[in-house]
Amino acid sequence: MREQAQPVRRRDLLSLIGAMAGSGAMYHAMTSIGFAAESRYEGPIRLEGDPKGASVLILGAGLAGMTAALELRKAGYSVRVLEYNARPGGRNWTLRGGDRFTELGGITQVCEFDEGLYINPGPWRIPYHHRALLDYCRRLNVALEPFIQLNHNAYLHSTRAFGGRPQRIRAVQADFRGQISELLAKVTRQGKLDETVTKEDQEILLQALRSWGALDRDYKYIASLASAESRGYAKAPGGGLSAAPAPSDPVALSDILKSRLWRYLQNFANYNFQSTMFQPVGGMDMIGKAFAKELADVITYNTKVTGIAQNDGGVTVSFIDTTVPAKRWTATADWCVCTIPLSILSQLPMQVSPAMKAAIDAVPYAGSVKIGLQFKRRFWEEDEAIYGGISYTDTPIRQIAYPNTGFNRSGRGVLLGAYLFDGANAYEFTAMPPAERVARAVEFGSAIHPQYKSDFECGIAVAWHRVPFTLGCSGDWSEDARAQHYRDLCQIDGRIVLAGEHASALPAWQEGAILSALDAINRLHERVVRT
Amino acid sequence: MARRRGFRVLLGLAGSLVLAATAAPAEDAPKPRTFSTGYSFVETSGEELFANICQGCHMQDGTGATGAGTYPSLASNSYLQSSGYPVYVVVHGRRAMPPFGDMLTDDQIAAVVNYVRTHFGNNFRDDVTAGDVKNARQ
Repeated sequence: MREQAQPVRRRDLLSLIGAMAGSGAMYHAMTSIGFAAESRYEGPIRLEGDPKGASVLILGAGLAGMTAALELRKAGYSVRVLEYNARPGGRNWTLRGGDRFTELGGITQVCEFDEGLYINPGPWRIPYHHRALLDYCRRLNVALEPFIQLNHNAYLHSTRAFGGRPQRIRAVQADFRGQISELLAKVTRQGKLDETVTKEDQEILLQALRSWGALDRDYKYIASLASAESRGYAKAPGGGLSAAPAPSDPVALSDILKSRLWRYLQNFANYNFQSTMFQPVGGMDMIGKAFAKELADVITYNTKVTGIAQNDGGVTVSFIDTTVPAKRWTATADWCVCTIPLSILSQLPMQVSPAMKAAIDAVPYAGSVKIGLQFKRRFWEEDEAIYGGISYTDTPIRQIAYPNTGFNRSGRGVLLGAYLFDGANAYEFTAMPPAERVARAVEFGSAIHPQYKSDFECGIAVAWHRVPFTLGCSGDWSEDARAQHYRDLCQIDGRIVLAGEHASALPAWQEGAILSALDAINRLHERVVRT
Repeated sequence: MARRRGFRVLLGLAGSLVLAATAAPAEDAPKPRTFSTGYSFVETSGEELFANICQGCHMQDGTGATGAGTYPSLASNSYLQSSGYPVYVVVHGRRAMPPFGDMLTDDQIAAVVNYVRTHFGNNFRDDVTAGDVKNARQ
């Protein structure tokens, strides 16, 4: 009843479709509502023809801006990049021991992680089908390692199911599948599918359900060595005299349904999260740093853009040097690729058409919070045999993600103690002082891992609405706004073209930022060589 | 409002989650904090809605903040004089500010708008009602 009263959100809808109909149905649904668009990357961009020394001013040294700078310079343009931060990468960012971060409102956190430990406050995983990003990683020699999205031994947790005890993903998945298979086998054998499924297909269906659902000879999902092979054993196979395994008891259909833990299974079925996923070795910012190494002579850091003007002759961008803010500067160029997030761009005086201005103003920025926690020891591995992957919970922290590197070592470890995206809790955590965010993450997380209480050492919390260089996590297009404004946002407007994840069909993904930059400079280059 | 449920949680102390419904705060306990359980907010008073939502960007004293861009100050803000404006902005959003129409009821929006219009140096006493919010949703 109470669930029904909640408005259905796009993500909820996808969760439902995914859970009810499987990932195939969800993929079709996602494609039709704007997610899961295939990466269109077709290999390194080829900008042919002579730009005759044309100059391009690029605003923002995130992945979009640096992709544009790298490729345009290679094609013969004179490029310059203005970046607000003192470092490259933008949201491609890693926090390590010794790093300082001052959020809006003025509170500075100092990261106290041990050497080699880090969190990625922004993007943290790369799908195998993000071919453009992967290609740049290869070309720029950024080493990758697996990012584990599905760890069968991690947990699903609800405060309102199983007495608040976390359940192993393996068991929930096996029981959900097994119980549905038993049910479907039962109605099949009762002849209730006779009108829709041929006798021959029913035989095949029963075989499939027995195999897929780990059913017994009588199509029952019961405690057996067959079901134990999916959901795990009460007593695992051993050696010698005590070798015999003992099966575990499955959870009843009604209990598994009412637990609602099934809703987290979409996180493993979703196209964006399917194996294989990657992360850069040593932190996500290895990508931004690799780009910046190539572009060291063209990026100017600590610049805050204050206005963007254009006429028939070119573009003039006014900015201040944030280390000497009293003085105003201008930079001019023939063209401008602007990757400034719309949350900031919408506030700047900017000479563009009313249609582009309306598009820039049409996109709210989502809230998101990530919290890194350092512990004395890797108890999740030592005590619970959880090596990488993610536990999901209905408490406000939503996720606990275990490090996908440094496995099986003694000593300290850092895990991601909260990852909130959208929804009420993201705002509630943003509104707290950083130290309280960390303390609350420890509090909520200890319901899943009691070791938190004794082993926690320090943490750092990034709330994206408080991040000075973005004022939000990512462009949160509504379907209506996208239909009305997206094309206007992406058009070349006089001498200005926009790029970034906000100008893509892959919102909040680095691939979107790169693909939008490639598309923008391709069109810009066509115009330049034509004139 | 029956459909809205949330955690009300005390920090630290005994080291376990404490639901405020079943436990009174100890003498020097940190302030309890409400957490919503779903997509929508469960907070009801204007003060708490401000503290748990608006404050994230507009800051505790309502004065906003500036980085590469700016969160506008709500303090002594003449744009708040016409009550229809803040109601519209909270319901529909404005530029990068997200719309909250789907996450808050008419009552909640009226409460937080009335709170902001009578705090932070604002003194606009013509309260908005849930009905005003309902009309702004059209």
